[in-house]
Amino acid sequence: MIRPTQVPMRERDPRARTNTFDEVPFGYTSDEAREEAARCLQCRDAPCMNGCPVNIHIPKFIREIREGDFEAAIATIKQTNNLPAVCGRVCPQEVQCQAPCTLGRRFEPVAIGRLERFAADWESQHGVRVPEVAPPTGFRIAVVGSGPAGLTCAADLQREGHAVTVFEALHEPGGVLMYGIPEFRLPKRIVQGEIANLRKMGVAIEVNAVIGRTFTVDDLFTEGYEAVFIGTGAGLPQFLGIPGENFVGIYSANEFLTRVNLMRAYLFPDYDTPVKVGTTVAVVGGGNVAMDAARTALRLGAKRVMILYRRTEAEMPARVEEVHHAKEEGVELHVLVNPVRFRGEGGRVVEVECLRMELGEPDGSGRRRPVPVPGSNFVLPVATVIVAIGNQPHPLVPRTTPGLRVAGGGTIWTDEEGATSREGVFAGGDIATGAATVISAMGAGKRSAAAIHRSLTRSRGRA
Amino acid sequence: MVNMIRAKQPLGPNVVELVVEAPRIAARARAGQFVVVRLHERGERIPLTLADWDPGRGTITLVVQMVGKSTRELGERFGIGDTIRDVVGPLGSPSAIRRYGTVVCVGGGVGIAPIYPIARALREEGNEVIAVVGARTKDLLLWLDRIAAVSSELHIATDDGTQGVKGVVTIPLQEVLTARKVAHVWAIGPAIMMKFCARTCQEFGVPVTVSLNAIMLDGTGMCGACRVEVGGETRFSCVDGPEFPGDLVNWDLLLSRLGTFTDEERYALERYVAAQGGRL
Ligand SMILES: Cc1cc2nc3c(=O)[nH]c(=O)nc-3n(C[C@H](O)[C@H](O)[C@H](O)COP(=O)(O)OP(=O)(O)OC[C@H]3O[C@@H](n4cnc5c(N)ncnc54)[C@H](O)[C@@H]3O)c2cc1C
Ligand code: FES
Repeated sequence: MIRPTQVPMRERDPRARTNTFDEVPFGYTSDEAREEAARCLQCRDAPCMNGCPVNIHIPKFIREIREGDFEAAIATIKQTNNLPAVCGRVCPQEVQCQAPCTLGRRFEPVAIGRLERFAADWESQHGVRVPEVAPPTGFRIAVVGSGPAGLTCAADLQREGHAVTVFEALHEPGGVLMYGIPEFRLPKRIVQGEIANLRKMGVAIEVNAVIGRTFTVDDLFTEGYEAVFIGTGAGLPQFLGIPGENFVGIYSANEFLTRVNLMRAYLFPDYDTPVKVGTTVAVVGGGNVAMDAARTALRLGAKRVMILYRRTEAEMPARVEEVHHAKEEGVELHVLVNPVRFRGEGGRVVEVECLRMELGEPDGSGRRRPVPVPGSNFVLPVATVIVAIGNQPHPLVPRTTPGLRVAGGGTIWTDEEGATSREGVFAGGDIATGAATVISAMGAGKRSAAAIHRSLTRSRGRA
Repeated sequence: MVNMIRAKQPLGPNVVELVVEAPRIAARARAGQFVVVRLHERGERIPLTLADWDPGRGTITLVVQMVGKSTRELGERFGIGDTIRDVVGPLGSPSAIRRYGTVVCVGGGVGIAPIYPIARALREEGNEVIAVVGARTKDLLLWLDRIAAVSSELHIATDDGTQGVKGVVTIPLQEVLTARKVAHVWAIGPAIMMKFCARTCQEFGVPVTVSLNAIMLDGTGMCGACRVEVGGETRFSCVDGPEFPGDLVNWDLLLSRLGTFTDEERYALERYVAAQGGRL
């Protein structure tokens, strides 16, 4: 008999957890993992694999977990995914690998993400094996940006024996994994562990290097790098563009989360960076970023946190688990609501005026378009507002790299392999697609790494 | 050693000049740009305008007013041979240096230091540079020799009249704008000073560039903490600026946003001072 429901993952109590930034889910024990793995039907055609942007051999690693061979399981995962501890925690599995799961037609799909997380955590407790690196090829490659795209590209190229240097603008590598996604969802020691492994493989990481300011892409070629991969992400915060948006107390989600995660403002004054959260907080948006900001605000002492979203819960782009956790912790979802103006007193925000919305015809994204209900204006008192309505590609590298073609929405144009309009320059992740996911950024990093490796090997063949 | 302090000297009460090894930044720096520094593992990221740089020696010069916890810590606890954990730059868009004709460079307080490289660059480009500097009192004036070396006239004002004319910098600025045909004015100093310089220039119909000291976090355009309103539009001062046309700046907004963390800043400073066993 197959267990119809997933083996639940134990979590911190919702009431207790808003006092701490400690991780919410505890992860499976070995027994729980083996029980969940036993639910897998081991389908020959493995529909789950088609849902995985990096094509992890899912049935194989799950079989290995079922058999108790955790070492083999993690090795299987790592053949195609070098950041499983991260992906197991943040991938939207419900729309990726778990969506086509055969079991899911009648029961709950196999909890593939939780099993991936289990295997990765098992490895980190039992000593991580640093991947073997091929003998040096003599080629030097520069990777710009150290988010999941850059880290993946760097790992794959280093493994082929190339000498990779990663240039990162901030003082710590990791991209959104360090500055955006909060500790309670992705502990920073996990990201730091992955980066330490990369260094052990021989990848050099230079922090405080802003490409476009400290150096340009052209400087990198002058310095002798033979190829450049750009993975600078979608770091440009979008604002609503409505009156009063610059009042004190209104943050972009990027600012709010960077203060808390990268700068550890939740430990102020032991850490120097401050962050201020009022009693009533409104978070505008319905994605992962909004959920992260809302749950962070609760942990910083806010009494009431409201999510203002212009569509309904069904359209929220956030992972199901994030919405679930947010609601459990007491975040209020105010859907079909759109802010139209902020009011301030003495320069500080005190109110947000909103319009009610209703769903109209589907738009380009296939989701029903929210349209305002005339005259439905109402006012909410707020002390803090966090704008989490999306991020756009970071413009610094495109602006300072002559000949780099920019496509719609400020993304860097690339072909399927990540090659840009400039010879030797590749790009991938959010900078090429617009804000997307960790796993798609990793997939892009991988494809570009393969393309760079091929082109360098070919050029050597000719020489 | 990169980020090591090579020289340090006091420039007056609560103001210190630091020469820091930063060859990559020195090689690329342009007038008007800044760096972001983080003192140590627990430090905050603070923006400091480049006061000078030497590509040959691979050093940059920072002039720091010790007003808050981090700047006091930098001035008091960091000495020659110490290393600053992170220094990143050069950030921001450089000043628009070209041939204008006669220009005026106004520096107020520690703003005298960052106006210096702008004046120098303008002079090298063939402009006649008239300098106007001011401070509360004589002891707070700095780098007068350097400013004098790159300008044809040096006008000084102090609030208490201990050096130069008694009063604020707009007094000599007004005189210069009355007497001479001036093509462009740069003003760097406290927000209030820049606001009044901008007003004076507007009265004379002379374009004025100011350098905005907004609160910053990353300094690379990814957070919007530094947003300011210029001509009714929201701009990020770390990438679109820090220099903007002074007559278009929403000064009230800048001043109120600078007060975002006043309570926290005061608390951090008090705590720091208490830990030093000292006084505020
Ligand atoms: C708060 C938040 C929560 C999210 N939650 C999820 C989630 O649960 N699941 C999921 O799959 N996705 C999530 N995402 C999206 C995901 O994080 C991104 O899609 C992914 O990180 C993109 O990776 P990247 O490598 O392209 O860029 P990034 O992770 O953005 O990294 C880019 C790096 O490049 C650096 N950089 C930028 N410009 C320069 C320059 N000029 N020179 C040098 N370095 C530069 C940046 O500092 C940064 O470190 C979330 C995003 C945010 C903001
Ligand atoms: S300081 Fe973050 S965008 Fe300017």
